[in-house]
Amino acid sequence: MKEPLFSPKNLKLLTGPLNLNNPITVQVLGICSALAVTVQLKPAIVMALSVTVVTGFSNLIISLMRNTIPPRIRIIVQLVVIAALVIIVDQVLKAFVYDVSKKLSVFVGLIITNCIVMGRLEAFAMAEKPWRSFLDGIGNGAGYGLILITVGFFRELLGSGKLFGMQVVPQFLYEIGYKDNGLMILPPMALITIGIIIWIQRSVNRELIDKS
Amino acid sequence: MTHLFDIFVRSIFIENMIFAYFLGMCSYLAVSKTVKTSVGLGIAVTFVLLITVPVNWLLENYILKPGALVWLGSNMADIDLSYLSFIMFIAVIAAIVQLVEMVVEKFSPALYNALGIFLPLIAVNCAILGASLFMQERDYHSIGEATVFAIGSGIGWFLAIASLAAIREKITYSNIPAPLRGLGITFILTGLMAIAFMSFMGIKI
Repeated sequence: MKEPLFSPKNLKLLTGPLNLNNPITVQVLGICSALAVTVQLKPAIVMALSVTVVTGFSNLIISLMRNTIPPRIRIIVQLVVIAALVIIVDQVLKAFVYDVSKKLSVFVGLIITNCIVMGRLEAFAMAEKPWRSFLDGIGNGAGYGLILITVGFFRELLGSGKLFGMQVVPQFLYEIGYKDNGLMILPPMALITIGIIIWIQRSVNRELIDKS
Repeated sequence: MTHLFDIFVRSIFIENMIFAYFLGMCSYLAVSKTVKTSVGLGIAVTFVLLITVPVNWLLENYILKPGALVWLGSNMADIDLSYLSFIMFIAVIAAIVQLVEMVVEKFSPALYNALGIFLPLIAVNCAILGASLFMQERDYHSIGEATVFAIGSGIGWFLAIASLAAIREKITYSNIPAPLRGLGITFILTGLMAIAFMSFMGIKI
Protein backbone atom coordinates (compact mmCIF):
# COMPACT_ATOMS: atom_id res chain seq x y z
CA MET A 1 0.00 0.00 0.00
CA LYS A 2 1.32 3.37 -0.94
CA GLU A 3 1.59 5.90 1.81
CA PRO A 4 0.46 9.48 1.08
CA LEU A 5 3.39 11.90 0.84
CA PHE A 6 2.35 13.91 3.87
CA SER A 7 0.92 11.20 6.12
CA PRO A 8 0.84 12.02 9.85
CA LYS A 9 3.93 9.86 10.38
CA ASN A 10 5.85 11.80 7.77
CA LEU A 11 4.67 15.14 9.06
CA LYS A 12 6.02 14.19 12.44
CA LEU A 13 9.47 14.01 10.88
CA LEU A 14 9.10 17.65 9.96
CA THR A 15 7.68 18.97 13.21
CA GLY A 16 9.51 16.79 15.75
CA PRO A 17 12.85 18.57 15.38
CA LEU A 18 11.21 21.95 15.94
CA ASN A 19 10.64 21.21 19.60
CA LEU A 20 10.90 17.84 21.33
CA ASN A 21 13.69 16.54 19.16
CA ASN A 22 15.44 19.82 18.42
CA PRO A 23 18.93 19.25 17.01
CA ILE A 24 20.53 22.01 19.08
CA THR A 25 18.82 21.96 22.44
CA VAL A 26 18.03 18.24 22.69
CA GLN A 27 20.33 16.28 20.38
CA VAL A 28 23.29 18.66 21.01
CA LEU A 29 24.32 18.74 17.36
CA GLY A 30 25.65 21.60 15.31
CA ILE A 31 26.33 24.02 18.11
CA CYS A 32 29.44 25.62 16.66
CA SER A 33 27.89 27.59 13.88
CA ALA A 34 24.70 28.21 15.83
CA LEU A 35 26.60 30.49 18.15
CA ALA A 36 28.92 32.29 15.83
CA VAL A 37 26.55 33.59 13.18
CA THR A 38 23.81 34.95 15.43
CA VAL A 39 25.02 38.49 16.11
CA GLN A 40 22.51 39.77 13.58
CA LEU A 41 19.29 38.38 12.23
CA LYS A 42 20.13 38.45 8.53
CA PRO A 43 23.22 36.21 8.57
CA ALA A 44 21.35 33.90 10.96
CA ILE A 45 18.52 33.45 8.48
CA VAL A 46 20.87 32.91 5.56
CA MET A 47 22.80 30.35 7.57
CA ALA A 48 19.60 28.59 8.62
CA LEU A 49 18.48 28.33 4.99
CA SER A 50 21.88 27.07 3.84
CA VAL A 51 21.99 24.38 6.50
CA THR A 52 18.41 23.31 5.72
CA VAL A 53 19.26 22.93 2.04
CA VAL A 54 22.39 20.93 2.82
CA THR A 55 20.76 18.61 5.38
CA GLY A 56 17.73 18.02 3.16
CA PHE A 57 19.61 17.20 0.00
CA SER A 58 22.48 15.29 1.59
CA ASN A 59 19.93 13.12 3.40
CA LEU A 60 18.14 12.56 0.10
CA ILE A 61 21.30 11.70 -1.86
CA ILE A 62 22.78 9.42 0.79
CA SER A 63 19.45 7.70 1.23
CA LEU A 64 19.26 7.01 -2.50
CA MET A 65 22.76 5.52 -2.38
CA ARG A 66 22.43 3.79 0.98
CA ASN A 67 22.35 0.26 -0.39
CA THR A 68 25.42 0.68 -2.58
CA ILE A 69 27.76 2.39 -0.11
CA PRO A 70 30.21 -0.07 1.44
CA PRO A 71 29.93 0.48 5.22
CA ARG A 72 33.68 0.77 5.73
CA ILE A 73 34.10 3.85 3.60
CA ARG A 74 30.74 5.45 4.31
CA ILE A 75 32.18 8.39 6.22
CA ILE A 76 34.29 9.54 3.32
CA VAL A 77 31.39 9.07 0.88
CA GLN A 78 29.18 11.15 3.15
CA LEU A 79 31.85 13.83 3.46
CA VAL A 80 32.23 14.07 -0.31
CA VAL A 81 28.48 14.45 -0.82
CA ILE A 82 28.23 17.08 1.91
CA ALA A 83 31.29 18.97 0.70
CA ALA A 84 29.94 19.07 -2.85
CA LEU A 85 26.60 20.48 -1.63
CA VAL A 86 28.35 23.03 0.57
CA ILE A 87 30.49 24.21 -2.33
CA ILE A 88 27.31 24.80 -4.36
CA VAL A 89 25.71 26.73 -1.48
CA ASP A 90 28.88 28.76 -0.98
CA GLN A 91 29.10 29.70 -4.66
CA VAL A 92 25.41 30.67 -4.72
CA LEU A 93 25.82 32.84 -1.61
CA LYS A 94 28.89 34.52 -3.06
CA ALA A 95 27.00 35.26 -6.25
CA PHE A 96 23.77 36.62 -4.78
CA VAL A 97 24.36 37.88 -1.24
CA TYR A 98 28.05 38.71 -1.22
CA ASP A 99 28.01 40.89 1.90
CA VAL A 100 26.32 38.20 4.00
CA SER A 101 28.68 35.59 2.61
CA LYS A 102 31.63 37.75 3.78
CA LYS A 103 30.08 38.03 7.23
CA LEU A 104 29.58 34.29 7.53
CA SER A 105 33.25 33.84 6.50
CA VAL A 106 34.48 30.37 7.40
CA PHE A 107 31.18 29.22 8.81
CA VAL A 108 29.72 28.34 5.42
CA GLY A 109 32.63 25.96 4.91
CA LEU A 110 32.10 24.63 8.38
CA ILE A 111 28.64 23.31 7.43
CA ILE A 112 30.68 20.36 6.14
CA THR A 113 31.65 19.40 9.66
CA ASN A 114 28.37 20.54 11.16
CA CYS A 115 27.41 17.58 13.26
CA ILE A 116 23.72 17.93 12.35
CA VAL A 117 24.41 16.95 8.78
CA MET A 118 26.65 13.99 9.64
CA GLY A 119 24.50 13.00 12.58
CA ARG A 120 21.29 12.83 10.57
CA LEU A 121 23.01 10.94 7.77
CA GLU A 122 24.30 8.32 10.18
CA ALA A 123 21.21 8.12 12.33
CA PHE A 124 18.51 8.40 9.70
CA ALA A 125 19.39 8.50 6.01
CA MET A 126 21.51 5.33 6.08
CA ALA A 127 18.45 3.30 7.08
CA GLU A 128 15.39 5.06 5.66
CA LYS A 129 13.67 5.69 2.35
CA PRO A 130 14.59 8.81 0.33
CA TRP A 131 11.39 10.82 0.82
CA ARG A 132 11.33 10.26 4.58
CA SER A 133 15.03 11.10 4.79
CA PHE A 134 14.49 14.29 2.85
CA LEU A 135 11.70 15.35 5.23
CA ASP A 136 13.87 14.48 8.21
CA GLY A 137 16.70 16.59 6.79
CA ILE A 138 14.43 19.57 6.16
CA GLY A 139 12.86 19.20 9.60
CA ASN A 140 16.19 19.15 11.36
CA GLY A 141 17.44 22.07 9.30
CA ALA A 142 14.33 23.99 10.30
CA GLY A 143 14.73 23.08 13.97
CA TYR A 144 18.29 24.35 13.82
CA GLY A 145 17.11 27.47 12.00
CA LEU A 146 14.44 28.15 14.61
CA ILE A 147 17.01 28.33 17.42
CA LEU A 148 19.39 30.34 15.26
CA ILE A 149 16.73 32.90 14.40
CA THR A 150 15.53 33.18 18.00
CA VAL A 151 19.06 33.78 19.26
CA GLY A 152 19.77 36.18 16.40
CA PHE A 153 16.57 38.11 17.13
CA PHE A 154 17.38 38.69 20.80
CA ARG A 155 21.05 39.43 20.22
CA GLU A 156 20.41 42.01 17.53
CA LEU A 157 17.46 43.58 19.35
CA LEU A 158 19.12 43.88 22.74
CA GLY A 159 22.66 44.33 21.45
CA SER A 160 22.21 47.06 18.88
CA GLY A 161 18.52 47.98 19.03
CA LYS A 162 17.98 46.92 15.44
CA LEU A 163 16.32 44.19 13.43
CA PHE A 164 17.61 43.37 9.93
CA GLY A 165 19.84 46.43 10.32
CA MET A 166 16.88 48.77 10.85
CA GLN A 167 16.41 50.74 14.03
CA VAL A 168 13.46 49.40 16.04
CA VAL A 169 14.14 50.74 19.52
CA PRO A 170 12.61 54.23 19.32
CA GLN A 171 14.79 57.29 19.79
CA PHE A 172 12.92 58.65 22.82
CA LEU A 173 13.89 55.57 24.83
CA TYR A 174 17.54 56.46 24.29
CA GLU A 175 16.79 60.01 25.30
CA ILE A 176 15.37 58.93 28.63
CA GLY A 177 18.47 56.85 29.31
CA TYR A 178 17.99 53.42 27.67
CA LYS A 179 21.28 51.92 26.49
CA ASP A 180 22.01 49.03 24.12
CA ASN A 181 23.60 46.13 25.92
CA GLY A 182 26.97 45.85 24.21
CA LEU A 183 27.64 42.51 25.87
CA MET A 184 24.94 40.87 23.74
CA ILE A 185 27.06 41.34 20.63
CA LEU A 186 30.03 39.52 22.13
CA PRO A 187 30.41 35.73 21.79
CA PRO A 188 29.72 34.69 25.42
CA MET A 189 26.14 35.94 25.38
CA ALA A 190 25.26 33.55 22.55
CA LEU A 191 26.10 30.67 24.88
CA ILE A 192 24.12 32.12 27.74
CA THR A 193 21.14 32.87 25.47
CA ILE A 194 21.04 29.24 24.31
CA GLY A 195 21.42 28.11 27.93
CA ILE A 196 18.33 30.14 28.81
CA ILE A 197 16.40 28.80 25.81
CA ILE A 198 17.17 25.27 26.99
CA TRP A 199 16.04 26.21 30.49
CA ILE A 200 12.71 27.55 29.22
CA GLN A 201 12.16 24.65 26.84
CA ARG A 202 12.79 22.08 29.56
CA SER A 203 10.59 23.87 32.06
CA VAL A 204 7.74 23.62 29.57
CA ASN A 205 8.49 20.05 28.45
CA ARG A 206 9.36 18.35 31.70
CA GLU A 207 10.10 15.00 30.03
CA LEU A 208 13.29 16.48 28.56
CA ILE A 209 14.86 17.06 31.97
CA ASP A 210 18.11 15.18 32.64
CA LYS A 211 17.48 12.24 34.94
CA SER A 212 20.97 12.07 36.43
CA MET B 1 60.40 35.89 16.41
CA THR B 2 58.11 38.19 18.39
CA HIS B 3 55.73 37.93 15.46
CA LEU B 4 55.50 34.16 15.86
CA PHE B 5 55.12 34.54 19.61
CA ASP B 6 52.31 37.01 18.97
CA ILE B 7 50.45 34.49 16.79
CA PHE B 8 51.00 31.81 19.43
CA VAL B 9 49.64 33.78 22.40
CA ARG B 10 46.86 35.24 20.28
CA SER B 11 45.61 31.83 19.16
CA ILE B 12 45.65 30.42 22.71
CA PHE B 13 44.04 33.23 24.64
CA ILE B 14 42.59 35.99 22.51
CA GLU B 15 41.30 34.10 19.51
CA ASN B 16 40.57 30.94 21.44
CA MET B 17 38.87 28.36 19.22
CA ILE B 18 36.11 27.69 21.74
CA PHE B 19 35.52 30.98 23.47
CA ALA B 20 35.85 33.32 20.52
CA TYR B 21 34.73 31.18 17.58
CA PHE B 22 32.84 28.24 19.14
CA LEU B 23 34.66 25.69 17.03
CA GLY B 24 34.52 22.06 18.07
CA MET B 25 31.63 22.73 20.42
CA CYS B 26 29.88 19.42 19.77
CA SER B 27 32.63 17.23 21.10
CA TYR B 28 33.48 19.94 23.63
CA LEU B 29 30.06 19.58 25.22
CA ALA B 30 29.72 15.84 24.75
CA VAL B 31 33.11 14.66 25.99
CA SER B 32 33.73 17.08 28.86
CA LYS B 33 32.10 14.99 31.58
CA THR B 34 35.35 13.81 33.16
CA VAL B 35 38.80 15.37 33.21
CA LYS B 36 40.58 12.22 32.07
CA THR B 37 38.75 11.73 28.78
CA SER B 38 38.75 15.42 27.99
CA VAL B 39 42.53 15.56 28.42
CA GLY B 40 42.77 12.66 25.96
CA LEU B 41 40.60 14.43 23.43
CA GLY B 42 42.47 17.70 23.92
CA ILE B 43 45.80 16.05 23.18
CA ALA B 44 44.37 14.29 20.13
CA VAL B 45 42.98 17.54 18.74
CA THR B 46 46.27 19.40 19.25
CA PHE B 47 48.14 16.56 17.59
CA VAL B 48 45.90 16.42 14.52
CA LEU B 49 45.87 20.22 14.17
CA LEU B 50 49.66 20.25 14.27
CA ILE B 51 49.77 17.95 11.24
CA THR B 52 46.77 19.05 9.17
CA VAL B 53 47.22 22.83 9.22
CA PRO B 54 50.78 22.84 7.76
CA VAL B 55 49.79 20.23 5.15
CA ASN B 56 46.79 22.30 4.14
CA TRP B 57 49.00 25.39 4.07
CA LEU B 58 51.23 23.68 1.50
CA LEU B 59 48.17 22.63 -0.47
CA GLU B 60 46.72 26.14 -0.38
CA ASN B 61 49.94 27.86 -1.42
CA TYR B 62 51.19 25.45 -4.05
CA ILE B 63 47.95 24.21 -5.61
CA LEU B 64 44.76 26.03 -4.72
CA LYS B 65 45.48 29.76 -4.49
CA PRO B 66 45.06 31.91 -7.61
CA GLY B 67 48.45 31.75 -9.29
CA ALA B 68 49.76 29.04 -6.98
CA LEU B 69 50.39 26.65 -9.84
CA VAL B 70 53.06 28.92 -11.29
CA TRP B 71 55.74 26.38 -10.38
CA LEU B 72 54.34 24.12 -13.10
CA GLY B 73 55.09 26.70 -15.79
CA SER B 74 54.16 30.29 -16.46
CA ASN B 75 51.07 29.41 -18.51
CA MET B 76 49.49 27.97 -15.35
CA ALA B 77 49.76 31.29 -13.50
CA ASP B 78 46.16 32.41 -13.89
CA ILE B 79 44.47 29.20 -12.81
CA ASP B 80 42.33 29.64 -9.70
CA LEU B 81 41.34 26.44 -7.93
CA SER B 82 40.27 28.05 -4.67
CA TYR B 83 36.67 26.84 -5.04
CA LEU B 84 38.04 23.34 -4.47
CA SER B 85 39.47 24.20 -1.08
CA PHE B 86 36.62 22.82 1.08
CA ILE B 87 36.68 19.40 -0.52
CA MET B 88 40.49 19.25 -0.58
CA PHE B 89 40.85 20.32 3.05
CA ILE B 90 38.29 17.86 4.34
CA ALA B 91 39.80 15.05 2.26
CA VAL B 92 43.25 15.83 3.66
CA ILE B 93 41.88 15.92 7.18
CA ALA B 94 40.00 12.64 6.84
CA ALA B 95 43.01 10.95 5.27
CA ILE B 96 45.45 12.28 7.87
CA VAL B 97 43.22 11.29 10.76
CA GLN B 98 43.07 7.78 9.34
CA LEU B 99 46.83 7.76 8.83
CA VAL B 100 47.58 9.10 12.29
CA GLU B 101 45.32 6.46 13.73
CA MET B 102 47.21 3.66 11.98
CA VAL B 103 50.66 5.07 12.81
CA VAL B 104 49.78 5.58 16.47
CA GLU B 105 48.31 2.10 16.68
CA LYS B 106 51.48 0.59 15.24
CA PHE B 107 54.12 2.51 17.14
CA SER B 108 52.50 3.46 20.39
CA PRO B 109 49.72 1.12 21.47
CA ALA B 110 49.60 2.86 24.86
CA LEU B 111 48.81 6.23 23.29
CA TYR B 112 46.39 4.51 20.93
CA ASN B 113 44.48 3.03 23.83
CA ALA B 114 44.41 6.40 25.55
CA LEU B 115 43.17 8.30 22.48
CA GLY B 116 41.13 5.33 21.28
CA ILE B 117 37.71 6.36 20.10
CA PHE B 118 38.58 10.06 19.91
CA LEU B 119 40.73 9.86 16.81
CA PRO B 120 37.97 9.00 14.32
CA LEU B 121 35.70 11.58 15.95
CA ILE B 122 38.23 14.27 15.22
CA ALA B 123 37.77 14.04 11.45
CA VAL B 124 34.44 15.80 11.87
CA ASN B 125 35.50 18.16 14.64
CA CYS B 126 34.90 21.66 13.34
CA ALA B 127 37.97 22.98 15.15
CA ILE B 128 40.21 21.07 12.73
CA LEU B 129 38.56 22.22 9.52
CA GLY B 130 38.02 25.65 11.08
CA ALA B 131 41.74 26.08 11.74
CA SER B 132 42.52 25.27 8.11
CA LEU B 133 39.89 27.71 6.88
CA PHE B 134 41.16 30.46 9.19
CA MET B 135 44.66 29.74 7.95
CA GLN B 136 43.37 30.32 4.42
CA GLU B 137 41.40 33.43 5.32
CA ARG B 138 44.16 35.11 7.30
CA ASP B 139 46.74 34.39 4.65
CA TYR B 140 49.69 33.33 6.80
CA HIS B 141 52.90 34.05 4.94
CA SER B 142 55.05 31.10 5.93
CA ILE B 143 54.59 27.52 6.98
CA GLY B 144 56.17 28.49 10.31
CA GLU B 145 53.35 30.91 11.05
CA ALA B 146 50.76 28.30 10.09
CA THR B 147 52.37 25.70 12.36
CA VAL B 148 52.60 28.05 15.32
CA PHE B 149 48.96 29.02 14.78
CA ALA B 150 48.01 25.31 14.74
CA ILE B 151 49.83 24.54 18.00
CA GLY B 152 48.38 27.60 19.67
CA SER B 153 44.83 26.78 18.65
CA GLY B 154 45.28 23.21 19.81
CA ILE B 155 46.57 24.27 23.22
CA GLY B 156 43.76 26.79 23.54
CA TRP B 157 41.20 24.10 22.80
CA PHE B 158 42.90 21.73 25.24
CA LEU B 159 42.84 24.34 28.02
CA ALA B 160 39.18 25.09 27.40
CA ILE B 161 37.98 21.49 27.49
CA ALA B 162 40.15 20.48 30.46
CA SER B 163 38.94 23.40 32.56
CA LEU B 164 35.28 22.86 31.64
CA ALA B 165 35.57 19.18 32.58
CA ALA B 166 37.08 20.13 35.93
CA ILE B 167 34.19 22.51 36.63
CA ARG B 168 31.61 19.93 35.56
CA GLU B 169 33.12 17.36 37.91
CA LYS B 170 32.73 19.85 40.74
CA ILE B 171 29.15 20.87 39.99
CA THR B 172 27.78 17.32 40.03
CA TYR B 173 27.18 17.94 43.72
CA SER B 174 25.49 21.30 43.28
CA ASN B 175 21.79 21.90 43.55
CA ILE B 176 20.88 23.16 40.09
CA PRO B 177 17.25 23.84 39.04
CA ALA B 178 16.07 20.64 37.35
CA PRO B 179 15.36 22.02 33.86
CA LEU B 180 18.81 23.57 33.77
CA ARG B 181 20.67 20.37 34.68
CA GLY B 182 23.05 18.85 32.18
CA LEU B 183 23.16 20.76 28.93
CA GLY B 184 21.68 24.06 30.08
CA ILE B 185 24.10 24.73 32.88
CA THR B 186 27.01 23.63 30.69
CA PHE B 187 26.12 26.30 28.16
CA ILE B 188 25.91 28.96 30.81
CA LEU B 189 29.20 27.82 32.36
CA THR B 190 30.90 28.01 28.99
CA GLY B 191 29.47 31.49 28.54
CA LEU B 192 30.86 32.61 31.88
CA MET B 193 34.25 31.10 31.05
CA ALA B 194 34.17 32.94 27.73
CA ILE B 195 33.53 36.21 29.58
CA ALA B 196 36.58 35.48 31.70
CA PHE B 197 38.64 34.82 28.60
CA MET B 198 37.49 38.13 27.15
CA SER B 199 39.73 39.89 29.63
CA PHE B 200 42.61 38.91 27.35
CA MET B 201 41.11 40.95 24.53
CA GLY B 202 43.09 43.88 23.29
CA ILE B 203 46.41 42.60 24.58
CA LYS B 204 49.16 43.43 22.12
CA ILE B 205 52.61 41.94 22.07
